[in-house]
Order: sequence, then structure tokens, then C-alpha cells
Amino acid sequence: MAQQPGTRPVFAPWNDPDQKPLIQFKNVTKRFGDFVAIDDITLDIYRREFFALLGPSGCGKTTLMRMLAGFETPSAGTIMVDGVDIAPIPPNRRPVNMMFQSYALFPHLTVWDNIAFGLRRSDMPKDQIPARVEEMLRLVRLEKFSKRKPHQISGGQRQRVALARSLAKAPKLLLLDEPLGALDKKLRQDTQFELMDIQEKTGTTFVIVTHDQEEAMTVASRVAVMDHGKMIQIDTPDRIYETPNSVYVADFIGDVNIIEGTVAEAADGKVGIDWAEGQRKIVAAASSDIAKGTRVHFAIRPEKVAIATQEPADRANVIEGTVHDIAYLGNISTYKVELPGGRMMKAQVANDRRIARREITWDDKVWLSFTDTAGVVLLN
Amino acid sequence: MNLRRLFLILTPYAWLLLFFLIPFVIVMKIALSDYAISIPPYTPTLDLSAGWEGIKSFLSELDFENFSFLASDALYYTAYFSSLKIAAVSTVLTLLVAYPIAYGMAQASEEWRPTLMMLVILPFWTSFLIRVYSWIGILSNEGFLNQFLLWTGIISEPLAIMNTQKAVYVGIVYSYLPFMILPIYAALEKLDGSLIEAAEDLGCSKMSAFWLVTFPLSIPGVIAGCFLVFIPALGEFVIPSLLGGSDTLMIGKVLYEEFFSNRDWPVASAVAVVLLLILIIPIVLFQRNEQKQREANQ
Repeated sequence: MAQQPGTRPVFAPWNDPDQKPLIQFKNVTKRFGDFVAIDDITLDIYRREFFALLGPSGCGKTTLMRMLAGFETPSAGTIMVDGVDIAPIPPNRRPVNMMFQSYALFPHLTVWDNIAFGLRRSDMPKDQIPARVEEMLRLVRLEKFSKRKPHQISGGQRQRVALARSLAKAPKLLLLDEPLGALDKKLRQDTQFELMDIQEKTGTTFVIVTHDQEEAMTVASRVAVMDHGKMIQIDTPDRIYETPNSVYVADFIGDVNIIEGTVAEAADGKVGIDWAEGQRKIVAAASSDIAKGTRVHFAIRPEKVAIATQEPADRANVIEGTVHDIAYLGNISTYKVELPGGRMMKAQVANDRRIARREITWDDKVWLSFTDTAGVVLLN
Repeated sequence: MNLRRLFLILTPYAWLLLFFLIPFVIVMKIALSDYAISIPPYTPTLDLSAGWEGIKSFLSELDFENFSFLASDALYYTAYFSSLKIAAVSTVLTLLVAYPIAYGMAQASEEWRPTLMMLVILPFWTSFLIRVYSWIGILSNEGFLNQFLLWTGIISEPLAIMNTQKAVYVGIVYSYLPFMILPIYAALEKLDGSLIEAAEDLGCSKMSAFWLVTFPLSIPGVIAGCFLVFIPALGEFVIPSLLGGSDTLMIGKVLYEEFFSNRDWPVASAVAVVLLLILIIPIVLFQRNEQKQREANQ
């Protein structure tokens, strides 16, 4: 395919009406007794996607994944893989493999035999199995450990064996249940990139379940934020972050300042929000028309709030306050500023110079400012 | 601090010395003695008042005559072999009965498990002797089993189970069932359920997941259970003498008869010593298995 200089192919099959989804959830509901774990979910996942299910524990994300693997059956609705309803297919016949949170490596088998386990149950000719196992061992760089038992290798290595084992049968879909949960932070970050690498190399569709928003943002092409069995928002990581559709999503992903107020004026796609007595209205761009008098939440990320010791002249929104707390995180500093009336607002500044002298310190009078497009106005 | 450690180490050794080694030496000594019509019914007896000379003459009178007698008389070695056979067969039978029960217990919901465990242990609350005795009432020609089967019309003649080898197997399987169930249950209960799911996910049917994952991982429990049944069953005396007939030859019964009917303490002791030597092999293997388990769990 000839490419125009300067344009890159964007992987976004969800925007392409010609693309057929690999997985389709159609009005799927799952009840355990009275408890509704999955509440009428409709969702499409496309081939080669790295799809993240994100939410707090008990939100239904694991149930959704276990339904794909075949360990749970939906109470209502259908799940299609490649256009086929998978409800009657038992787990051992699905073109789906799963990497378990506990890794579920067979303790009585060596690394080699663990990886070969699925291949031996498949219709792959016996003489091709060793080559495939070797290939998988190379993929996860564990060639030297093939003769070891799972208890003789480290946690990170076990994680890679589990990944190799679930990829060995070249499934159409790989499910990863909190795959990095048991690793420490540094190893987790390295492994995230490794996972993305492997996903790209093998071209497998990955569905990952995680409660770690950073992990979801790092690895996924799209993120689905779930709560109480419902999909709250399904979007690319940047859109989830920059244009959350609800206070729940804004609050769940990253750090955010949320200010509640009433729309006092609306014109030219902008709204003025009354948020505290005696304060200037917050002027913000609104995507839809919002009637005057509507209660709204204004959400703005701390890094989009500037902090200064002088009152800036050219910003749409300027609020005065005093520094209540400073958190120095190395690469950035977060200032917690007390606004008149006791409300707190966080502003984040990148520490792009080594600090010899900090300009702002505790109890200083400061001005916070942001543009009218920096935040989002949320109705719910 | 050092005294404390010494005490801790010495206590089990002192226990073993007092309750295992000294009795064993006494039995061994009797086994090397000769039969005599006296009290005690063997000779020589150690007379410490005669001093060094007494000990020397005592030692010179000990011999292995009783052991060579055991080897020469067919009764004894057939009894040993028959005991080994009965113990081995009943161990296998117990395993076949116990495994499904243990598996069922491990599959049961969390709230039911203590109750099921209780039911397995419950028989221990009654005397072993009474429980074996009550099987006579069940298995005899006029027993409950035969009466029930005759009543249902399945059989027209009472089954001859009592006083045969079959009754011995029933008795051993019944009596030692908990010793087989508990270690297998312990192994199955700690099995991570996601391993079975992983096996199914990788293409196993429920059946092959059982044979490829569940069963191999329960083998340590199976081995422990088999030894716990095999070792006591080998020397079993009560069950064959209450339920078995003349065709059931077991070394425990022979031992009893030598001791109480023949009053031949030296031969009875020799029988006991050989039984112990035979038992040492499975006991050592059992200890090895336990040790391996402990290492694997670390």
C-alpha cells in the first residue's frame, strides 16, 4: 500500500464500518443468584486489538472474561466469536486461551511440558510439537529454563511461561487475567512493553483484565471502563483520559480536580459555571448544548492547571489561592492549593530544571489558571 | 540456651529409646532364647549377680535357631506371603473406595466440608473391636445383608461371606478407610481450581483434565494413604480372627497363637522381629515420600 508522506496508518478498526468484529457481546447479562455481575453489555472487539477491561474489583470484568473462556455462561444475550455463537462450545474447544492470574502452571510438569501441554491435546502432528515449544521458549526468552519445574523459577519467569503456554496453540483470542498483578512495579513496567511487543509479533487479539489504570493505558489500543457490571466508557486511552464521559471515569483514570457548579450562561459552545460565591465563573468549552441552570461537574487534570506567583493576564480562568501542600515526586511536583471557601485544587508542574531555588513554597499566595478548553464539562 | 536445645533434641531420642529400642532389644533377646517350661517360659535368663561370667555364659546360650525354624516351616513363610497379599489387595480396594469419597469431599462446597470430615472421623468414637464385631451381625448367614438380599429376591441362598477371606477384606477396607480418605482429601483440597480450568482451557476434556492434572497432583496423598493402610493391615490380628475363617492365614494370627496357645515366646518373638524387618521397608519409603513432599512445598 502506497502511503502519502507524512501519514501513518492508524489502527482503528472500530471506526471502520467495513471491519467485522472478532468478538461481539450482544445484550449479555450474567446473574449469580440475585447479584447482577454483568448488566446488559453490548461490546465489539476487533482482530489484533489489545483490549483492556478496567474497573475496580467486583465490577464484572473477570466474569466477562470467564464467559469468553467458557467457564461461565451468560444468563441472557449472546457472545459471538468470528460470527459464531460460542454458548454451546465447551472451554476445551474454544479458539480462546487464557493466562490465569495465578498463572496456573502445572507444578508436576517442567516448563517445556507446561508449554507443550495444550499442543499435545490439539491435532498438531507429534513431530511438530518440539519446534513449536522451542519457538515459544525463544519468544519469552526462557530457552535455558525448559527443564525446570515451576517452583524452581522466579515469579517473572513463571509469568512468561504462562504467557508462552497460552500462546502456544496460536489462539484467535488470548485472555489475560491480571497478568502482571504478582510482579513488582519495575518488572511490571518492563513486562508491559514485552507484552505489547509479543502482541504485535504474534498478531493475536488480546483481552486484558486489570484494575491498574496505568497498565490499561500503557498496553491497550482501547480501554473499557466498567462499574457494577456496566460499561461506562469504551475508548482509546487518550480519549478516556482527555474526554471522560462521566465523573466516574474522570475520577477513576488518573488524577483530577472536580468542581461542581451550575451553568449560569451558555453561548457559542461555551458555558460559564457558577461554582462558588464571589468567584469568577469558570469558562469552559462544552461539546453539547447545556441549558442554563443545569448542575454540572467541571473536571480538569492537575497538569493542565498552571500555577504562578503573579496574576496572569491572558488566561480564560484565573483563581486565587494559597499553597496548602507540595508533593515532590521527582519528575513533577503537585501543589495542593486552597481556594477561598476551603476547596482544594491540584496543579502539577513538570520539574524541567534541577531545583536550586523553589519559587513557590507553603502558604504562598498563588494564582491558578487554565484555558477554556483545558477541562471538560460533565453532566453525570 | 544450649541446655534447652539439648533437651529438645534429646527428648524424642529418649522417648524412642525407652518405648521402642529397649522393648525391641527385649523381644530380640527372647527371640534368640530357647523354649523352656518355666516362668518366664524361655531360657537363658540374665543373672547379673553372677557378674561378668554370668553375662558371658548368657550370651553364649543365645542363637538364631528360632529364625532358621521360621525359614524351615512352611506355615510361617506362607503366613508372611499371605499377609503381604491380603494387605496389598485390601490397600488397593481401600484406595478404590476412598478416592471417590475424598474427591467428592474436596468438590463439596466449603460449608459442607467440616461436616463430611466429621462423618469420616465419626467411627473412631466407637471402639475398633466393637465395630469389627458388629460386621459379624451384618455378614453372617443370618446377618442383615443376607436377610436383605433374600428379602429383595436377588439371591435365594444366603451368601457365604462370613469366615472367608472376603469378610477379612470387607473388615480391613472398612476399618482403614479414614486413613486413606484423609491424606487423599488433604492433597485434593489444596489443589488450585484454576489448574483444572487451565487444563480445560488448553484442550482437555473433564476426564483427561482429571487424569493429567488432578490425579498426578494427588499422588503424594495416595502414597501416604496406601502406607497408612498397608503397614497396619500387614500385622492385622483382630479382623482376620473375628471375621476370617480357617482359610485366612495372617501373620498376626500366627503370632497370637504362638504366644498364647503354644506359649512359645521365643518363636513368637522371632515372628514379631521378622514382621518388623518386613515393615521397615514400607516405613522407610513412607518417610521418604513425606520428606519429598515437605521439600517440594518449600
